[in-house]
Parts: sequence; structure tokens; C-alpha cells
Amino acid sequence: MELYNLTAHEAAAFLKEKKVSSVELTKAALGRIDAVEDKVGGYITVLRDEALKDAEKADAAIAAGEGSDFTGIPMAIKDNICTEGVLTTCASKMLYNFVSPYDATVVKKLKAEKPVFLGKANMDEFAMGSTTEHSYFKKTGNPHDVTRVPGGSSGGSAAVVSADEAFIALGSDTGGSIRQPASFCGVVGMKPTYGLVSRFGLVAFASSLDQIGTLSKDVEDCAAMLNVITGHDEMDSTSLDVEYPDYKSALKNDVKGLKIGLPKEYFEAASDEVKTAVLAAAKKFEEMGAFVEECSLSKMKYALPAYYIISSAEASSNLARYDGIKYGYRTEKFDDLIDLYTKTRSEGFGEEVKRRIMLGTYALSSGYYDAYYKKAQQVRTLIKNDFDSAFETFDVLLTPTAPTAAWKIGEKITDPMQMYAADVCTVSVNIAGLPGLALPCGKDANNMPIGMQLIGKPFGETTLLRAAYTFEQNSAFKNMKPVL
Amino acid sequence: MQISISDVEHVAKLARLHLTEDELHAMQKDLGDIIEFADTLNSLDTEGVNPSAHAVAVQNVLREDETKESFDREKLLMNAPMQEDGCYIVPKVVE
Repeated sequence: MELYNLTAHEAAAFLKEKKVSSVELTKAALGRIDAVEDKVGGYITVLRDEALKDAEKADAAIAAGEGSDFTGIPMAIKDNICTEGVLTTCASKMLYNFVSPYDATVVKKLKAEKPVFLGKANMDEFAMGSTTEHSYFKKTGNPHDVTRVPGGSSGGSAAVVSADEAFIALGSDTGGSIRQPASFCGVVGMKPTYGLVSRFGLVAFASSLDQIGTLSKDVEDCAAMLNVITGHDEMDSTSLDVEYPDYKSALKNDVKGLKIGLPKEYFEAASDEVKTAVLAAAKKFEEMGAFVEECSLSKMKYALPAYYIISSAEASSNLARYDGIKYGYRTEKFDDLIDLYTKTRSEGFGEEVKRRIMLGTYALSSGYYDAYYKKAQQVRTLIKNDFDSAFETFDVLLTPTAPTAAWKIGEKITDPMQMYAADVCTVSVNIAGLPGLALPCGKDANNMPIGMQLIGKPFGETTLLRAAYTFEQNSAFKNMKPVL
Repeated sequence: MQISISDVEHVAKLARLHLTEDELHAMQKDLGDIIEFADTLNSLDTEGVNPSAHAVAVQNVLREDETKESFDREKLLMNAPMQEDGCYIVPKVVE
């Protein structure tokens, strides 16, 4: 057991008991980065010197008797979350030199805890993708087999947590971008209810779907991080002004009486191996005293096309701001203003981003708006109603996170439709604004992690955490360590 | 669904993107495939269904109109490709 193998809460306990200093934890994490990062490639930026300074400050705070769950804990931040004075590239040529002038609200909240920021994690460009292969800067390997994808778009965040290159990480999830990479890399991923975590300082992709969340080594770390990052923020008008619970108090090893639904459409979409692993998890829940029953969410098959219309429409609008004037890349030679815009955007955006902008612009253009965008928004209502009626009977829904485990790098990169199909189990959760938690529950024939997804009611995080914690405490799939 | 090359060109112009000849044809195929997939939504009857812009309905978020410290001009301008005298530099727009 090395220091970098610890979970965040184990490391925090060591710090509190003065068994270890934050500088030692940080050196262990940086040493791990030195040892495996050339294989994993999870970071775009590593903040070596800054991290050690953060650690010294944290040690001083701990010596002064201060300190909370994340004081002195080395962590990673996805590179679409703004960090003041640090490169925030969104893995795009368009923002290759963008140094954020301010902190995202989540970063500001975290800084109050005096953590250690190790670096900014790789991702698909502007969070558009399911494999992190769309990064302008580098490919990330899945720590369980570096010739396979880590999932995406928060693939860097998932990979560095899985590879013990960070104790915990923040990611963002628009259609599965936390849950799917968490499942592919064998870690815990949580997308909270829409509006629970401020999006201020999260570079916008699809504003009605984007949500910041956590990638952690276990469920307890997830709960502790939710305590820090959730809460109302006047800088985000979609942030919810509600009572926020103590998420750690939900960590109870007990699911007796919990009603779990298994929506059959999600299982039909999955491979046999994934289906078997998730059904075994359902059986385990039943043995532990939960009530488990099959159910149906008949609109599920419409979620994916609705998602690609809504998210691309919002993206085409959000990404209109990249014009070569205020920040980021600007083309070298141009004739006039329109030419400056067009050349900058054509040279600065990658292929997948252009595809989404084109799709979104098409769906919003005159003559097609009603047929596509409005239609997709109506379907969104129906999908939400579908979930509402399921939650009249069930507390939680249990599904596969993705139809398969991680595939080989390059395998689906040339076929966008095949790539999009991989999001079939996760997008509906964003469309309905629900919380979703991904948790390891098995391995496939290639020894790659398989993940299950727990879907909750709006604000159902505490129920999800309780179910996930109970499973984790009683299953053989806790903290699956890759061999690197 | 078949999308014509001139449709693709029109949408690219709206999006301020220039596509090469090869990119135009690849985009024609990809967009056609995705739109065809999106057309599966048509098999669902949505007559009279209200569209949802957000999953959680939040309306009329108001705050007091108070003067507050804003971002520092220098800090915001530091990322500009070209700047001078506290302003962004753009090509001449009006004659």
C-alpha cells in the first residue's frame, strides 16, 4: 500500500492524526504522475510547484488546528472548469492559451477548504465525445488497459483517479460525461440533480443539461465532495435555492425496504456481459433487503435523438462566442471581420465540435426549428413524465451505465453514430435533470470494469448515496485497482 | 434523410464555418445520418405536449440592483489576441 493508493477520506484521516503531511501526500501523487502519466496521459496541465505550495499552506492550516475533509488533499479538475491564473483549455485549440481570469464557483468553494490542485484533466474538446479521443492535445489511456479508451468526456478525470494520480477529481456531465468514464475506469461518478451545483465558471456546452460532479475512489469521498460543491449561487440563475442536506449522513449500510426498479429498455440496450453484471448487482440488493422489480420506461429510445438535437442546438449557440476577438485562438491572415470569425472558427475547432455546431445550427435554422428543436423539447417533457411515473413506485432505478465496457482506442472514432449510441443509457438522466451515480459492479472478459447506474428522483442524492454505499460495503468490486 | 450540399453550405455560413470540399461531403453524410436518426422522434405523438426548456422549472430569478465590484479590465483583456488602450482590437467594420 502506497500513500497514493489511499482514498481522499483515508488520506484526510492520516492528515488529521498527523501520520502524514500534505506535502508528503502531494509528493506521493506527483511521484505517481511521474511514474505512470506517460502511459495514462490524463492531465493537460500539471501544477507541480503550485501544488507543493498549496500543500505547505494546508499543512500550516492543519497545524493550526483548522482543516476539513479536503484540506491538503491532492485533486484534479477537468479542464473546462475555470481556475484563476491557470490554463483552462477545454482540450481545444480554440482555447490553447486561455488563462482564466476568475475561479468557477466550485473552485472558489474548494479553495476555502485549502486543498491541493494537482492539475487540469484531459477531456473531449468542449466536452463533446465519449472517449476523450477528441482532445486537441493528447489521447488518454484507460488505466486498466492503456490501449483502450477511458470513456468521456471526463476521461482524464476518471483516468487520473483510477490510476491513483489524484485522490479525487471534478468532472462535468452533459449526457453521461462523468458516469460513463467512471464506469469505464472502475471508479465512482456522480452527476447531481440539475441546479444543485453552480455552473458559474464551467465553460458552457449545453446549458440546460450541463452539471458539475465528482469522480472518486469510493462513495464516501463522493458524499464529502458533494457537501463542498453543492449550494445556491447567485452567479448561476439556474442554481437552486433549496435546503441542502449533509450528504455524508446518507452513508448508511442499509437498503432494507428500498424500492429499486429495473427499467427493461436499458437492459435490452446492453451487451450480455453488462446485463449479467448489473442483474447480479440487482440480486445483491435484493439479498440485502431491497425490493427489486422490473419496470418500463417506454420513451427511453427517444432520449438519444432528443439529446443530440437539444445539446447540439444549445452548443451551437454557446460556442458562437469563440470569434477570435476576446480570448483564445485568432487566425493569422484575414480580409475583414466576417473572414476573421470564419477562419478563426474553422481553424480553432476540431471535427466533432464542428459537426455538433452544424447539427445545432441546422436544427435551429428557419424552417427546421419546429420539426427538430421544438419536437425534441416536447419529447423531453414526455421523458420526464415517464420518470415521474416510475418514481411513484420506486425510490431508485438501477441500469447499466453503458452498453459495453471500454473499447479500443480508434475503434469508433470514424463513425459518429456508433459513438453516439454508446450514450444510450445516460442521456435520459440529463434530459430529465435527475441525479445519476455510476458505481463499479463487475468486469468483462477483457478484465475491463463494468459499471451500474443508479438514477434518483430530483434531489434524491441521499438515497443514491445510501444505496451505492451499501452495495460498495458488501460487494467485491470496491476500489478496483489497475495494474500499471 | 438526404441533405443537399447547398444546405450544408448554407448552414456552414450561418455557423461561420468554412468547410473544404472534402469536409463538405463528409458533413453532408454525417448530418444526413444524424438527422435521419432524429426523425425517429416523428413516430412519437407530441400533439398538445408543452415543450420543456429545462428539467427543473425555475422562473423569474430576480436580485437587488446593486452596484458591485466587477472584473478587472486588465485581467479580462489579458487573453485578447490583440488589445490596445484598454480595448479589443478588431478589423475595421464600417467605412
